[in-house]
Amino acid sequence: MRSGGWFGRRGGAGRRRRRRRRGAKNATLTLADLQEGESGVVESLELPEDIALRLMELGFIPGTTVVAGRAGPGGDPRVYRVDGSEIALRRETTQHLLLRFLE
Amino acid sequence: MNSPLPESTTLQDYSGTDGLGTPGATVALVGPPNCGKSTLFNRLTGLRQKTANFPGVTVERHHGTVRLSSGKELEILDLPGTYSLNPRSEDERITDDLLRGKMPQVCVPDAVLLVLDSTNLGRHLVLAAPMLALEKPILVVLNMADELRRRGGDVDVEALSERLGTPVVLVSAAKGEGLEGISQFLESTFRAPEPVGLPVLQSPPSCRQWAGQVAAESAYRPPVAPVWTRRLDSVFLHPWLGPGVFFLVVVGVFQTIFYAAIPFMDGVEGLVTWSGGWIQANLPDSAVKELVVEGIWGGVGSVLVFLPQILLLFLFIGILEDSGYLARAAVIADRTMAKVGLQGKSFIPLLSAYACAVPAIMATRTIENKRDRLATILIAPFMTCAARLPVYILVIAAFIPSGPLLGPFLGIRAAALLGMYLLGFVAALVTALILKSTVLKSDRTPFVMELPPYRWPTFKSLGLRLLDRSKIFLRRAGTVILGVAVVLWILAHLPMENGQAPEIGESLAGTLGRTIEPVIEPLGFNWKIGVGLVTSLAAREVIVGTLGTLHGIDGDEASLGLQEALRQDLTLGGAVALLVFFAFAMQCMSTVAMVRRETGGWTIPILQFSYMGVLAYVGAYLANQLVTWLV
Repeated sequence: MRSGGWFGRRGGAGRRRRRRRRGAKNATLTLADLQEGESGVVESLELPEDIALRLMELGFIPGTTVVAGRAGPGGDPRVYRVDGSEIALRRETTQHLLLRFLE
Repeated sequence: MNSPLPESTTLQDYSGTDGLGTPGATVALVGPPNCGKSTLFNRLTGLRQKTANFPGVTVERHHGTVRLSSGKELEILDLPGTYSLNPRSEDERITDDLLRGKMPQVCVPDAVLLVLDSTNLGRHLVLAAPMLALEKPILVVLNMADELRRRGGDVDVEALSERLGTPVVLVSAAKGEGLEGISQFLESTFRAPEPVGLPVLQSPPSCRQWAGQVAAESAYRPPVAPVWTRRLDSVFLHPWLGPGVFFLVVVGVFQTIFYAAIPFMDGVEGLVTWSGGWIQANLPDSAVKELVVEGIWGGVGSVLVFLPQILLLFLFIGILEDSGYLARAAVIADRTMAKVGLQGKSFIPLLSAYACAVPAIMATRTIENKRDRLATILIAPFMTCAARLPVYILVIAAFIPSGPLLGPFLGIRAAALLGMYLLGFVAALVTALILKSTVLKSDRTPFVMELPPYRWPTFKSLGLRLLDRSKIFLRRAGTVILGVAVVLWILAHLPMENGQAPEIGESLAGTLGRTIEPVIEPLGFNWKIGVGLVTSLAAREVIVGTLGTLHGIDGDEASLGLQEALRQDLTLGGAVALLVFFAFAMQCMSTVAMVRRETGGWTIPILQFSYMGVLAYVGAYLANQLVTWLV
């Protein structure tokens, strides 16, 4: 088993990754970039078809507003408010959901 | 490598004939997860419902009878929750196949009750489109009417009914409001819905747009966001309070199981002792009396004592599940599960496995990814199921002194029990890690988890759940455990010499134990424990009954309690080894049979049984050596 913090390590990596993406030029904005309380409008789902369809059934349809909510330890997975319900998704999924930013 | 789960493994699960083969009409309950479908099912059927949990008998399938005021009886079938009729998980495939009549031997339902959450009608109405397209008689049941009103929402039922071309009712299954509308529909002659314009079913955006339009034309006013859910989540999903609460909940449950159950257990024990004494005093002396007192009362009685504890565990799991906390727990656990290649969704079957591996293995159907599902099936029997509790409690109470460890919060015995739970959990995690980094390696499945609003669990559904579990436990005590107790008692009394039963050590049971004694001696077990290990292959808790029977027969130890007797049989090393053996070994025929059914063959269960058996033997050997060396 790996040594080191059970929760701490990943959180650190996540923060670093986020900063990198925000700093990058012409970077696409994804759902993973939203902090708690921020919101965005779904632009497209860059995911395999079956996963994209499942997410659309849950409300992540292009044009829909998504609000980021609370998260599990270390910020992953995060709960998103979409179309009247709350759905928890992992970062590995949300970074393929492209957004138009609202606020 | 091909996925080891064939496409149609679980279809047979719904193919039982009882109730479904009868000429009376069958109505299917369909709805998305968290729409209150089970609550409605409980309302409609009450005590006239069946859950068959054991393979070979029937299969896990909720069905029941509803009796209308006119005397008409209908069969209601509760189908697994589904978001759409595009089957992507096993649960959805079952629903889809059954509705389309693609399931052999099962009558196609005559009508459908489509249960939707009225507090989120826009999204839930999406499921109405493919359902209407089936052109079956259908009643749309808008559930959670009380919550809708309380949070300021509203809907015009007449307009919605007009728009969908089929009757619609607004009910609260939890409060029991509006159910007469459902009775009316069930009384009526079923009619297919009037054709209405439907969207392109394969396109979620098109379906969602249609649902939004229908809702708007029915004057639907969505309710305001649930305030209490937000408030509770700010604690339960708080960055550090959340995991803290999670930990407290787990410790609290175990602490309560160990201590709060004691008065109830004493009650049951008193009843068993009293009734055994009554039989002893009132039956004429005969072999039958001996069989009843020693074999049945000693064997079955010592297992019955654990019913209160098992019910308490199921009560807690029921409360956690019905209140909505379990979904939050899955979010908190997801990161840890991801470390071993699994996901938060595996957490729910694994938590159910703390009660019993059989329903847990059924619950893995909600995991879409087949490899994740198989990995979860393979590790579920490591979780400390309720059948291990009697063994753990007996051994811990016999060998571990009572006393506080962390002030009033955690006693030594509760800590030892918690340690056993941890041991099983760690074994499961390590096994998952090995599986997911080798043979079951897969792309990470997306973790998608809907968090329902917090709700008060209803007494009715908790009560029905406990009743169900009691029935299963008692049925098992009355069949498997009773059978083993009787056979064992007879083996312990043969061969007869001059009409006298032999010394217990010379009997057939004793011979059996002595034959395997050389193999288990390195673990610190004697022949009596050996007999227990053999009988517990049927089910783990049988060992307690077996030891009860064996000690009841053995004159030298009959006067001692079972705990005292165990202290004569085992050293501390042997006791720890016994705990470790039970933590790892797959001594449960029901689980083996369920794995065979769910994986569609004998390969997986045989591999699993062997792996767990070897692990149990080696683990117990090491534990015995280590403790003996330490003490």
